[in-house]
Amino acid sequence: MELKELYQEIILDHGKNPRNKGKCEGYTNDAKAHNPLCGDKVHIFLKLNNEKLVEDLSFEGEGCAISLASASILTELTKGKDLSFIKKISDDFLSMIKNKSKITLNSLTEDQVTTITSLSGVQEFPMRVKCATMAWHTLLSAVEKK
Amino acid sequence: MEIKNIKKEFPIFTQKINGKSLVYLDSANSSQKPKVVIDRISNFYETEYSNVGRSVHSLAVKATNRFEATRDLVKKYMNAAHREEIIFTKGATESINLVASTYGKKHINKGDEILITELEHHSNYVPWHFLRSEKGAVIKFASVNENGDVEIDEIKKLISNKTKIIAITHISNVTGAVLPIKQIVDLAKEKNIPVLIDGTQGAPHSYIDMQNIGCDFYAVSCHKMYGPNGLGILYAKKKWLDDLPPYQGGGGMINEVKKDDITFAESPAKFEAGTTQTAEVVSFAESINFIEKLGIKNIASHENEVLEYGFETLRKNNSINIIGNPRNRGSVLCFTLKDIHPHDIATILDDDGVAIRAGHHCCQILHEKLGLPATARASIGVYNDKDDIDKLSEAIKKCQKVFQG
Repeated sequence: MELKELYQEIILDHGKNPRNKGKCEGYTNDAKAHNPLCGDKVHIFLKLNNEKLVEDLSFEGEGCAISLASASILTELTKGKDLSFIKKISDDFLSMIKNKSKITLNSLTEDQVTTITSLSGVQEFPMRVKCATMAWHTLLSAVEKK
Repeated sequence: MEIKNIKKEFPIFTQKINGKSLVYLDSANSSQKPKVVIDRISNFYETEYSNVGRSVHSLAVKATNRFEATRDLVKKYMNAAHREEIIFTKGATESINLVASTYGKKHINKGDEILITELEHHSNYVPWHFLRSEKGAVIKFASVNENGDVEIDEIKKLISNKTKIIAITHISNVTGAVLPIKQIVDLAKEKNIPVLIDGTQGAPHSYIDMQNIGCDFYAVSCHKMYGPNGLGILYAKKKWLDDLPPYQGGGGMINEVKKDDITFAESPAKFEAGTTQTAEVVSFAESINFIEKLGIKNIASHENEVLEYGFETLRKNNSINIIGNPRNRGSVLCFTLKDIHPHDIATILDDDGVAIRAGHHCCQILHEKLGLPATARASIGVYNDKDDIDKLSEAIKKCQKVFQG
């Protein structure tokens, strides 16, 4: 495993300039998590409308490039989608990290697949897996709150 | 055996990490083991192993003698007055828990004060927190100043007639501050307050003379002293050995057991319930011998030289912020790097075989005070040299390059 596979351009970019950072207005659901081993924190906010569509989604947090990039990518891919999409993409992402499986969701564009797959390098760094997965677990618990 | 060639004594340095020579800068977390210690563990299991202090067969007698000989060696090394003052535990954490639990049970009541510092590792805070939640005790924190030191005046002003124990670290595992433990003990003695020293970082780098320091309790972590994992020591001054109740119940710590009453053994057995670490204790004698052959003062002065060089080298990099500037710095260099999270630093450094630690180092109170969620830490052991520092410095530059794209 080459280091540059872990710190790909996409990850460095999202890590440096995380998208959808902050508290989105009128959020209906939120959840937070932290990693007691390293102190990384994430707090996800999402605004669900009556059709169970995620109208808006954002996050607050502090942590390493991997954890910020993962949260940032998550918000980009899930904004405007419905709950069943969110569950599918989260499951896909988590099993990609855990079982090295491929992304199966066929509604993603090629670019989106490249973006989400950029995080697959953490498989080779067991101590860093939680950095990548924490935001996605948090998204699922935010969704399940209502 | 000379310090300048000492890497040869540690088999771990013969392997490559990611194709590079290992630059191990994580000794404050755990030290590597010299071959003499590793050999002693396997040799003990191969030829001498038995449980100690129970059976009367030849192996048991031999193992018991080796085990107790280590206690004598530690007693001498720490300049304790009595061999029963040396209690084997599973680590410094258990040593502190033992005191918090037993001393707390007997002597700490609602409203009583426990005085610690903002520098403490969680293992010298959480055990006292149990007394806060169970007994309504109060924990007071002596402030750390901007240099990362705790001044004796900070301790002085928090002592009251309710202070029941002072528990302080010898050397901070984050700022590297060496605390004036002797002065603190002298101050506490005037008020008749017992003092526990968390010597986890102190013992591997300093001469720990119990008669000179005069503390009531001193906790040692053996795996940070080139010794085996899973072993710690609690030095407890004789006056406490009869006074404190037993810690855990089980085999070996009793005198007589009846259906309606139990009497307990005397220290150290009283505090060593169950089968103790055996190979670990026996092989720790080799760690002490290793340290004594080199001389702890020589080890400390070598480490300080490397540390000073590290401080000067890292300071030249404008993007590095070194945490703390204590009056006396012991063995650790904590730092942050502009715009790069410590975890990313640690992963990228590892690619060059440079092993450091990143995180809050089990000191969340201190990190909150510093306003930093995490720091990167390079820590020095006897096997480190200036070349290791140069490699650290180069690896940090590479890390900056990765992030600059």
